[in-house]
Amino acid sequence: MTTFEKVRDITVEQLSVDADEVKMESTFIDDLGADSLDIVELIMAFEEEFNVEIPDEVAEKIRTVKDAVELLDKEK
Amino acid sequence: MQMKYAGILGMGFYVPEKVLTNYDLEKMVETSHDWIVERTGIKERHIAAPEQATSGQALIAARKALEDAGIEAEQLDCIIVATETPDTKFPSTACVLQDLLGAKAAAAFDLSAGCSGFVYSLSVANSMITSGLYKHILIVGAETLSRIMNWKDRNTCVLFGDGAGAAVVGEVPEGYGILSVEMGADGSGGKFLQMPAGGSRKPASHETVDNNEHYIFMDGSEVFKFAVKIMASASKKVMDKAGISIEEVDLIIPHQANTRIISASAKRLHVPEEKVFVNVDRYGNTSAASVPIALCEARQQGLVKKDGKIVLVGFGAGLTWAAVAMKWWSK
Repeated sequence: MTTFEKVRDITVEQLSVDADEVKMESTFIDDLGADSLDIVELIMAFEEEFNVEIPDEVAEKIRTVKDAVELLDKEK
Repeated sequence: MQMKYAGILGMGFYVPEKVLTNYDLEKMVETSHDWIVERTGIKERHIAAPEQATSGQALIAARKALEDAGIEAEQLDCIIVATETPDTKFPSTACVLQDLLGAKAAAAFDLSAGCSGFVYSLSVANSMITSGLYKHILIVGAETLSRIMNWKDRNTCVLFGDGAGAAVVGEVPEGYGILSVEMGADGSGGKFLQMPAGGSRKPASHETVDNNEHYIFMDGSEVFKFAVKIMASASKKVMDKAGISIEEVDLIIPHQANTRIISASAKRLHVPEEKVFVNVDRYGNTSAASVPIALCEARQQGLVKKDGKIVLVGFGAGLTWAAVAMKWWSK
């Protein structure tokens, strides 16, 4: 599975959205309807799936699916 | 081989008369009912009257617990009050309560473990009963958090409420009562949830008052992460120690901080939401008082009955966590 596919599946599970709604350019808050606590839960799920630690100041910069994919690819 | 078993012989709770709704808060800070409900599940909370302190709330809950247990105050060997909002730094609120109750034979002390305080107290009382040191212990979780709220900070002032819950702990027949205990702390996370001033580090001064340092400070997202993980892992550990599976548990009674924390943890535990008790909607987060208030209400609603297996789990400032697995005893 690619990083995007993993991020997509986690996003679908956490935000209860359809898989085809999750595109690279989608923003978690505006396009996918996440609120601040959803973002925290998403970050936690990414941390567990990819076995990485994402500090708050980095997490705050994640706006789009692409931001998450690029960060997680870098951390790998 | 465990010789004695400790359990809860009686319980009671109290919340102040005054109710503060989200609509009331809309008039005080920039917020809305929908925003608060969506992120916390809280609809209203109770606020102590100006003349009421933590001991006054604790007293009412304690008297109900004594009556429910059929125990006189004079029979108490020890009183533990879990609170972060004592009447005064010293003497302890437990000593104030001892005097108000006329529990002349009882030792008394406060216990500071944030929102885990009641479950910590229950664990301490369990050790005191099973070791044979004491026969009857009153444990109380009581808070007047409205006094340490910054009512201009919309991030925290919508979350908390006042109240008290009490339990009389004593010996129960073999195999009943407390089956296992799991307690822990991570002091490195203390900075995420604290009252910065008013202690020996930063005594009260004009400056600390001007800087709002006598109020609750919370890093919401850090505390949220911690709470979600620890509620699930502490519950899991305490069930493992007791040798019971999640399917055998009738009810989990978590610290009532926020419905989002509770449902995220429930998901991690793979436990259906109907097995997790929630009343944060009506009381907000009452810190150390939340678990005993929730346990009282769950029992009133018939969800906690003799032979039923329950898990109590608290998490909060410290950072601390504590969980207890019980097989409920009643006569």
